Amino acid sequence: MENPAPRPYSDAKGRYGKERIGVFVCHCGRNIAATVDVKKVVEEISKHPAVVHAEDYDYMCSKPGQELIERAIEEKGLTGVVVAACSPSIHETTFREVVEHAGLNPYRCEMANIREQCSWVHEERDKATEKATRLIKSVIEKVVRNEELEPVKVGLHKKALVIGGGIAGIRAALDIANAGFQVILVERKPTIGGHMAQLAETFPTLDCAQCILTPLMSEVANHPNIKLLTLSEVIDVEGYVGNFHVRIKKNPRYVDPDKCNLCDNCTEVCPVVVPSEFDEGLSLRKAIYIPFPQAVPSSYVIDPDACLGMNPIICGKCAEPDVCGPGAINFYDQPEIIEEDVGVIIVATGYEIYDPKKISEYGADKYPDIITSLQFERLLSPNGPTGGIPKRPSDEKIPKRIAFIHCAGSRDEKHRPYCSHICCTYCSKHGLLFKELVPDAEVYSFYIDIRAVGKNYEDFVKRAQEEAGIQFIRGKVSKIYEEDGKVKIFAVDTLLNRRIEVEVDMAVLALPIVPAQGIADLASKMRIQIDNYGFLQERHPKLHPVESATPGIFFAGAAQSPKDIQDTVAQASAAASKALEILTQDEISHTPTVASVDRDLCSGCRLCLSVCPYGAIRIVDGKAEVNEIICEGCGACVSTCPSGAISLRNFTDEQLDAMIEAVVGGI
Amino acid sequence: MSEEFEPKIIAFLCRWCGYAGADMAGTSRLKYPPTITPIRVPCTGRIDMEHVLRALKISDGVLIAGCHTPGDCHYVRGNFQCFKRVTLLKKFLKQMGINPARVRLEWISATEGRKFARVIKEFTEELKELGPLRGVE
Repeated sequence: MENPAPRPYSDAKGRYGKERIGVFVCHCGRNIAATVDVKKVVEEISKHPAVVHAEDYDYMCSKPGQELIERAIEEKGLTGVVVAACSPSIHETTFREVVEHAGLNPYRCEMANIREQCSWVHEERDKATEKATRLIKSVIEKVVRNEELEPVKVGLHKKALVIGGGIAGIRAALDIANAGFQVILVERKPTIGGHMAQLAETFPTLDCAQCILTPLMSEVANHPNIKLLTLSEVIDVEGYVGNFHVRIKKNPRYVDPDKCNLCDNCTEVCPVVVPSEFDEGLSLRKAIYIPFPQAVPSSYVIDPDACLGMNPIICGKCAEPDVCGPGAINFYDQPEIIEEDVGVIIVATGYEIYDPKKISEYGADKYPDIITSLQFERLLSPNGPTGGIPKRPSDEKIPKRIAFIHCAGSRDEKHRPYCSHICCTYCSKHGLLFKELVPDAEVYSFYIDIRAVGKNYEDFVKRAQEEAGIQFIRGKVSKIYEEDGKVKIFAVDTLLNRRIEVEVDMAVLALPIVPAQGIADLASKMRIQIDNYGFLQERHPKLHPVESATPGIFFAGAAQSPKDIQDTVAQASAAASKALEILTQDEISHTPTVASVDRDLCSGCRLCLSVCPYGAIRIVDGKAEVNEIICEGCGACVSTCPSGAISLRNFTDEQLDAMIEAVVGGI
Repeated sequence: MSEEFEPKIIAFLCRWCGYAGADMAGTSRLKYPPTITPIRVPCTGRIDMEHVLRALKISDGVLIAGCHTPGDCHYVRGNFQCFKRVTLLKKFLKQMGINPARVRLEWISATEGRKFARVIKEFTEELKELGPLRGVE
């Protein structure tokens, strides 16, 4: 072995200083060597003033290949390494670990891609060889300017925030809490449970929804690791993964849940009646009420918009000592701002159904017996307004002919072009349950296509068609209205290619599933994306389906896209598991190749703030400052800064310029 | 000139889409002319138009390949930043007497190896017709 004789430096400008670069050219068997003259590349690149060592080998990524690099680093005192081989997406990590093992900073190693982007795509040997040399030269310019960097490390708050108390939020909160971490579960309604609590039975097994949900709700209520905040909304989110600072507004309940003993005396004296949200407007409730008997927290609540007692001179009957014995009612209850520091956030804000008023041809807002599927769900529910036997809202008669309208606005360019995913199966469920209750009923289902995707769903729909004898009519409904107590449906049967007119007692619309109100506002507070229809946009549909583009924020449930309970629960557990991946760490590492600001050059113009997609830049004392943990290193601010004050570590303007020059310049 | 003119193209490829698309072309063994020398960048939003001008000084054309708009950008909207800048740059190039077609912006996803190869072929042919870029055209 020759001595690592220091090679005096070197080119006229001395621009490589004390740099001693090693270049390792891989044959990749014949993958590279067949097209690129590897020996010639080594010969050419050896002439480069910064290069003190260049060699080739059959498989640089193999153990002997890696040892070759390590040996050269030690013996030749290399300050940087260029591996000319395959794509960095394959082996950058491998070779950075190799140089680190030999005592160099991993960022002093870069790869030149002479396989995917050279030998595999070109045929002329001399031109491919020249291109390989150009690529290596360009990468040398980068590596000589690469700073030695260490991953940025930061501590974290081992606590999670879950927004939304439906089945998605409940499952995610329980999973994290069961793993031993603190969870704050925020729900804007007076109780958790979400839409699932309103359902009668769930497809395809026909489990009673409340029977499988309410045990989970009480588990949340009793869990030592869960802090439940109902009637609460997240109003502000600052910070970054591991260190989010959240402000939550807790609206007054006006009833102390610890004192309320559910005696129900208050509702007897309350003079105000309003439509019940839980029963989708099909029944009435008082201004003081409990959404449903199994509500969590188990307490009554006052609706301040309806209650007359907000002005105690007018009313205060429920607060009389002989009505509310425990003295739970407090008209002076005030909103409260709660501040919390959390490490991760799971957004599980769920869905709403599309406003039926927007589909005027279906008449749901004009005629009493044209109802939504969620209303029908309440009519089927044993704790619903009709005790589980569906009756017409107009005359309380049991309908004998009923029609379900699939895709009432879904897969419709005028309303929601997407498929709402669950309607085909729940319409079959509704038909099946209704036929059990009213065996002599005639049931029609108008569909465009049957999309029963899910385990055992197809069998379930078959059951509705064959066993229950529901008449499935393939066709789009054009108009529905009610006349003389009969609901008339006009449609086209697209299988028989003819117009049809059906007269029924009641029509049920399967309306599109849309994201819950306020999601866009919440998303912008958290700097996460929503898609064209307002659903949360995941980081990658295949590889990161439960993560937002902002690290530390995850999704679960129908807030991301319409989904059934099975998928929602699976996604909630997936989100919890991703959240735990962070919470179980003692510190968070972050790539150090991020933006940094030269305070002397910064003019404080704030242009960088406007382009940063992560909100990683703040103005401190009139100058921009980058938060290294939030910054993802995209460089948008660097190319925006008019003063040249921002640079991207290991991707500076100087590096990029030198790489460009090297692509064509001679050695 | 006895030999046929071979244009020089400098390509800025975003690491998530354009670069990965070029890798895909390689993995699929699709052939294209060796006129292009790629430079890997984190995001097309990182590219300052000064870099494009610098590249144009020593090449015949510049290709920028990034993630599809609207939603594919790994960094949310860097591709839009780039789109705006390139649109503006092309106006300047015209003013300066340089054919704006010498700067080409393409959205090429990680799966679009075929598109990548096609773009290089097309761009090479186009630049051959335009001839070498020597100062003002």
